[in-house]
Amino acid sequence: MPKSLERALTGIPGFDTLTSGGCPRDRTTLLVGGPGSGKTIFALQSLVEGAHRKEPGIFVAFEERAKQIVANAACFGWNLPALQRKRLFFLDAQLASSSIKGGAFDLTALLAGLSAKVRAMGARRIVFDGIDILLSQLDDPGAERREIRRLYEWLNESGITGTVTAKTDGPDPSVSARYGSLQYLADCVVELDQRLESGIAVRHLRVLKYRGSATSSNEFPVQISETGMEVGAFLDDTLDHEVHTDKVTSGVERIDSMLGGGYFRGTCILVSGAPGTAKSTLAAVFADAACRRGERALYVSFDESGDQIIRNFHSIGLRMEKHVRAGLLLMHSARAGARSSEEHLLRIRAILHQHRARILIVDPLSALPNAITPGESYGGVERLINLAKREGVTLLATSLLDRSDPVRESTVIGVSTIADTWIHLSYVIQGGERNRALTIVKSRGMGHSNQVRELKLSASGVSLANVYTARGEVLMGTLREEKEERDRAENVREQRDADTRLRDVEASIAETSARLQALQAELKGKVSELANARKEHSSDAATATSRLNERRFLRGAEKTSSTKGKSGRSRLRLG
Amino acid sequence: MSLRLYVAGNGPNSSAARANLQTVIRDSDGDGPRVELEVVDVLKDPLRALEDGILVSPTLVRLSPRPTVRIVGNLSDLDTVRFALGLSS
Repeated sequence: MPKSLERALTGIPGFDTLTSGGCPRDRTTLLVGGPGSGKTIFALQSLVEGAHRKEPGIFVAFEERAKQIVANAACFGWNLPALQRKRLFFLDAQLASSSIKGGAFDLTALLAGLSAKVRAMGARRIVFDGIDILLSQLDDPGAERREIRRLYEWLNESGITGTVTAKTDGPDPSVSARYGSLQYLADCVVELDQRLESGIAVRHLRVLKYRGSATSSNEFPVQISETGMEVGAFLDDTLDHEVHTDKVTSGVERIDSMLGGGYFRGTCILVSGAPGTAKSTLAAVFADAACRRGERALYVSFDESGDQIIRNFHSIGLRMEKHVRAGLLLMHSARAGARSSEEHLLRIRAILHQHRARILIVDPLSALPNAITPGESYGGVERLINLAKREGVTLLATSLLDRSDPVRESTVIGVSTIADTWIHLSYVIQGGERNRALTIVKSRGMGHSNQVRELKLSASGVSLANVYTARGEVLMGTLREEKEERDRAENVREQRDADTRLRDVEASIAETSARLQALQAELKGKVSELANARKEHSSDAATATSRLNERRFLRGAEKTSSTKGKSGRSRLRLG
Repeated sequence: MSLRLYVAGNGPNSSAARANLQTVIRDSDGDGPRVELEVVDVLKDPLRALEDGILVSPTLVRLSPRPTVRIVGNLSDLDTVRFALGLSS
């Protein structure tokens, strides 16, 4: 067994990613699936891809006439007629219904003819489309197995990349012996299927076998659009997107300043809110700002036509049509219920690539989950965000949410957890008025204001009003205007009051210093009074001592008691 | 009658077809039309078979008289072959 087979790109977006490069090169891939599951398109698309890569190809049509197949594929814009002249060969290989079976037969003639054709045109790829039709005409299980083996042996010997398609007749293709041997011999087996889910036709693809390779065997959604087949294989994407550090303007100056400069490029912004809270407007000004700096934007709308949306924005002075004319803005409108959300996503991706958009608006994103089956809804939105991130596209998605409590709303739709920036718009009723309020609920990787602001729409555009808070509430509308008016009057009054206060203080300083001078004079007087008083007191004391000694002497005291007399004198002094 | 038999070399089905066709022609000798037979070996001239729309081998084509008749297989079902070619046994 080979360690790793070389790949041949199929040109089917998603499938090449899923299989790390396409079908096994120079080996055989079997495509099985019910009618209408896209086997022929898959096979033809990979043949066309080969032709574009200078690998000529042969298409052997067992079921439909080659002419019909070419005509059917015309809608994909693959330019088959031009390729047919050079690198593509279609072989009609329907056994004429008038053929009479007169015994056992085999495919030797066809294979011999094809060998010659392969050599003649240097073919590198071949498709056997609808092998089951031919096999059923053999009318003999033993012969079927033998011819299947013959076909595979031929493919192996020719050494070119082969694709064999076969219709499955039952729900499980492996039960039938025919498909058992088909699957056993193929190096890669891909199952395609189409079924109804909630009344919508949904196609899926599964890689049942891939020799020498660990390929996911999960089921992936398939879409067939105007560019061909596409597989939604971005499910298993890793999360290592390129992180951008530059910011893009929201289109509203004050939202930018609330966010510290704008949204980060390549992130996802969720704008949620009740109907009429200007979610689309916020989306439009963002797209408008992008187009103004020459960036390409894609606006996907679900509720209304692109023209209608553009007309709506005239009321706020936005002229989006000029960006459409300049080829910068692409408006794409879709009916949510017409497709599964997977198909919508694949289509969005295809248009995004075609338009090379850097900005993607999805308005509203909440239209998506409605259109898909339970259990899948969440993944679709997640994948859209992942897709945008991987492409470095800044995604702004709006979401219709009616409840007024943003925390509860977050459980309604899981987007908020994966969105990088979440702006919530609501109506605030204050003083008998409804005004639009804007809150930045979260913004990853940047400091942002948590305050509720009033969003104002006017003929000159969108702006945020100044913030006034009263008793913990932001004032809006008329209440805000009144407050502004009151503030102006108050300013004048305050100025006057300030002048008065200044004069009062000046006067008070003058008065105080006068009082200070008076007090100093008084103090001076008191100090000199004290000095005089001391002088008087010391002469009085001397007189008193001499008088005492005289009295002792008169009472017959001896001279030796003079020490007592001394202490007595000092006592007196103290007294 | 103009017949063309496409064979793939001497493969089992091709050899059988040659033999079976000889039997059918020989049996109808005398009372049937004169038969012109061309044998094309697809292994020697593969592109011709492809151009003639020959998918399986062996294939017998009655070119004339019109309408063109195609019989696929080793012609082992002799009665079917005779009936289809309009020959009697």
